[in-house]
Amino acid sequence: MSIAIRANRLTPYMFMAPAVLILVVALLYPIGYMVYASFLDWSPSQRIGEADFVGLRNYANLLTDEAFRESFWVTIKFASVVVTLEMIIGVGLALLLDRNIRGMSMLRTIFILPMMIAPIVVGLMWRYMYHPTVGIFNRTLKSLGFEEGIPWLSDSTWSFVAVVIADVWQWTPFIFILSLAAMQSLPRSALEAAEIDGATGWQKIWMIKLPLMMPVLIVTLLLRLIDAFKVLEVILVLTNGGPGLSTEIVALRIFRTAQEFQELGEAAAMSNSLLMLLMALTIGMFVFNKIQEGRAERMRLAANQEAH
Amino acid sequence: MSVQKETQNPAFYMLMVVLVVMSLGPIVLMLATSFKTNVDVYDSTVSSFFFTPTLANYETVLCNVLWYEPTHVDYCDPTFGRSLGNSIFVALVSTVLTLFMGCMAAYALVRFRFMGRDTVSMTTLLMRMVPPAVLLVPVFGIWTFQYRLDGTFTGIILVYTAMNLPFVIWILQSFIVQVPIQLEEAARMDGANPIQIFLLVVLPIIKPGLAAAAIFTFRIAWNEFLLGNALLDRNTRTVPVTIVNSITEYDINWGVIMATGMLLAIPPIIFTFVASRQIITGMTAGAVKG
Repeated sequence: MSIAIRANRLTPYMFMAPAVLILVVALLYPIGYMVYASFLDWSPSQRIGEADFVGLRNYANLLTDEAFRESFWVTIKFASVVVTLEMIIGVGLALLLDRNIRGMSMLRTIFILPMMIAPIVVGLMWRYMYHPTVGIFNRTLKSLGFEEGIPWLSDSTWSFVAVVIADVWQWTPFIFILSLAAMQSLPRSALEAAEIDGATGWQKIWMIKLPLMMPVLIVTLLLRLIDAFKVLEVILVLTNGGPGLSTEIVALRIFRTAQEFQELGEAAAMSNSLLMLLMALTIGMFVFNKIQEGRAERMRLAANQEAH
Repeated sequence: MSVQKETQNPAFYMLMVVLVVMSLGPIVLMLATSFKTNVDVYDSTVSSFFFTPTLANYETVLCNVLWYEPTHVDYCDPTFGRSLGNSIFVALVSTVLTLFMGCMAAYALVRFRFMGRDTVSMTTLLMRMVPPAVLLVPVFGIWTFQYRLDGTFTGIILVYTAMNLPFVIWILQSFIVQVPIQLEEAARMDGANPIQIFLLVVLPIIKPGLAAAAIFTFRIAWNEFLLGNALLDRNTRTVPVTIVNSITEYDINWGVIMATGMLLAIPPIIFTFVASRQIITGMTAGAVKG
C-alpha cells in the first residue's frame, strides 16, 4: 500500500500552499496583468486604472515600428548565431575530450566559472578588454604592428561580433558539460560492438555517439536557445544596444521602452510577444521530451517481450 | 573494467591548457586590473599583468565599512558598502525562503496524487522560462501601485523567490524521485506523520540536491540587475544596480569598477570551487535525465 493513498487528503495541499501562494501573487498575477496592460496606453506615473484602453493599438504599433522589427531581427540573429557556434564548439570539445584525462574535473570546475559570475560583471570584463585604447585586444594588435586596432564597440558589425564572442565565452561550457555527461552515460556495449566491427573514430562519432546523444543534444539546444532570448545584462553593459540598434535585442528594447521612453503599454506588448515566443519553444521542448519518453517506453516493452 | 587513467597524447593536455587559459583569462585580467591604479591602466607602457599592485581600489570601494580611514580617499562614497550589505541580505533571505517552499512543493508533486497536481506541475515547468525582462513592466506597476512594496526588501525578495521557485521545484523533483520509497513506508509503519517523514527521512537524503538548488537560487538573486533596478531605491540598491549606475558616466575609473566587479564575483567563484560537483549534477539533472 503506497503512502500516496493512505495520506491525509489535506497533506499535499499543505505542502503545496506556500509555493503556490507566492507563485500566484508574484508571478502568475503579474503575467496576467501584463497581458492586460498590453492593451493600455500607460505611463509610469499613472495607476493602471487611469490608463486608457486602446485595444490592439500597441501591437499594431509594434508591427509598424521599425526599431522593434530591427530589434526582433537582431534577437533572432543573435540567438541563432550564438547557439550554433556554442553547439559546434561545445559538442566538438566534448567529443575530443571524452577520454580518461587527468585534470578533467578541474577543467569542468573552471568551465563553470563564466556561467556563475554575474552577467553584469561579464559585461564589465569584456567592455574593458574591448576598450579602444586600454583594452587588451587592441593593445595586442598595436604591439603586433596594427596601429589602427579594431573598433570593437563603435562599429555596428564589430559590436555584434563582440557581443557574440562574449556570449560564446560564457555559455559554450554549458553545452560542453551537458554533452560530456551525455557521452559518458552512453551504453559501452554499442561502442565496443562498433570497435569489434572495425569502425573508425569518425564512424563511431557519426554513426553511434551523435545519434545516441541526439535527445540530450536537442534538449540542450532548446534550453540554450531559450536562455539566449533572455540575455540582457551583458549587452546592456557592453554596448547598451548600440551603435545605432545593431545589438539591441528585444529584452533590452523592453527595458529601454519602459525605462527611457516610459511607454509601459508598448513595453508590455513587446514582453508579451517575447513571452509567446519563449512559450512556444518551451512547449516544443516539453512535447519532444514526452515523445522521447514514449519511445523509450515502447522500446523497453518490445525488449521485454522478446526476452520472454 | 579499468578506471585507471591512461597516458594520453600530449596534444590533449595542450588543448586543455588553452581552454583553461581562455576561460580564466578575462577573470584573471579583471582581478589584476582591480589591483591597478587608474594611471597605470591608461599608461600603455605598463603591462596588463605585471605592475605594482595596490589595494587602493578596494579601499575606495569599501571605505565606509573599513575599520581605518584610507589616506587616499578624499570623499567616502558609502553607496557601495551599503549595497554590498543589501545584496547579501536579499540573496540570503530569498534563497532560504525559496528552498523552504520549493522542497515542500517538490515533495508534494512527487509523492502525492491530488487534484490539480498536473496543472501545478505543468505551470511550474512553463514558468521556468519567463525572463526578468518580461516581468519588468507588471512587477513595477503592481509593486508600486497595489502592493506598495517598491523600494523595500520585502518587495524584491518576493520577486526573487517567485522567480526561482519553478526552477527549484523542478530540480528538487528529480532528486526526490530517487529517494527509495521503502524508507518512507518504513517510517510510516513506525508511526511517523507526513511532516516528520519529510523532515527526518527525505530532507537528509536530498542534501546534495538542496545544495545545488541553493547555489542556483543564490546566484540568480545575487546577480540580478533588471528588477532590482526597477524596484529598489537609493538605500536598498543591490550591487549589480550600483555597478550599472556607476558606469553610465563617460569617464570610467577602471580600477575601482573592476574591484567592485570582483567583490560581486567572489561569492559565486567560492561556491564553484567548493561545490562544483553539486552544480554539475544540478545542471545535468534536467537535460540528461529529461
